[in-house]
Amino acid sequence: MGPLATRIHTALHRELAAEHIELVDESHMHSGPAAETHFNLVVVSETFDGKRLVARQRLVYGALAAELRDGVHALTMKTLTPAEFSAAAGPVANVSPACRGGSKAD
Amino acid sequence: MGIFNRVKRKLPVVGGGSGSPSTPPGAKAQPGPARPQAATPPPRPASAAPAGGRGDKAVDEFLAEFVQSKPVVLFMKGSPQMPMCGFSANAAGILLSYGVDLASFDVLSDPEVRQGIKDFSQWPTIPQIYIGGEFVGGSDILMQMHQSGELKEMLDELAAG
Repeated sequence: MGPLATRIHTALHRELAAEHIELVDESHMHSGPAAETHFNLVVVSETFDGKRLVARQRLVYGALAAELRDGVHALTMKTLTPAEFSAAAGPVANVSPACRGGSKAD
Repeated sequence: MGIFNRVKRKLPVVGGGSGSPSTPPGAKAQPGPARPQAATPPPRPASAAPAGGRGDKAVDEFLAEFVQSKPVVLFMKGSPQMPMCGFSANAAGILLSYGVDLASFDVLSDPEVRQGIKDFSQWPTIPQIYIGGEFVGGSDILMQMHQSGELKEMLDELAAG
């Protein structure tokens, strides 16, 4: 696991008491040779309970503010409560789209 | 819901806004003598938005108006017809599939809007979607709302006024 991925795990455990994390570095799907720029995340946390998707995603962006600043350009995510996660059948991660070349920094 | 009335009042704010950074229509296309500043200026075609779609407006002022300019507003990279990012392409594709009245803005055409919309929405990524003038989220959220049926409900509600 790369240094940014390690930091993402640490921050999500610390800030959101994440119970389960799936993190895939998808940088190879995008422009340029850089690694650790595009991530696909599934995060399961009780703190999402009763919150709408926008609020949940804001919590994740808040927890990862430093990582977003330090090179994470794109982060596709699923945010679930433990109950939603255990009720889900099959994989829950988003299917990432192909890059179209207009990347860089968001 | 007053959104359509608000929309009507502010109608000619920008002409689509999805324009690329290329020359605005009419700016260079007339090699003839400059038009005299007649007392009755020719009517401006609706598509003659100022370069980048924002004109001289301050970014915050422009954004506050633009998010209300249509029932559905999309900030993206590229245009719905030629998206420059997979996430933007997804968002545009979902919205177009509902046949909604959509205003889009290409953030690649205006660096100040590109940063400004992130501050305005308190959201660090592009694309961003507004429905009925309210921030809805980015492409992940739009996709989930599309799959759950929540997006259809929201758009139906908006159309019903």
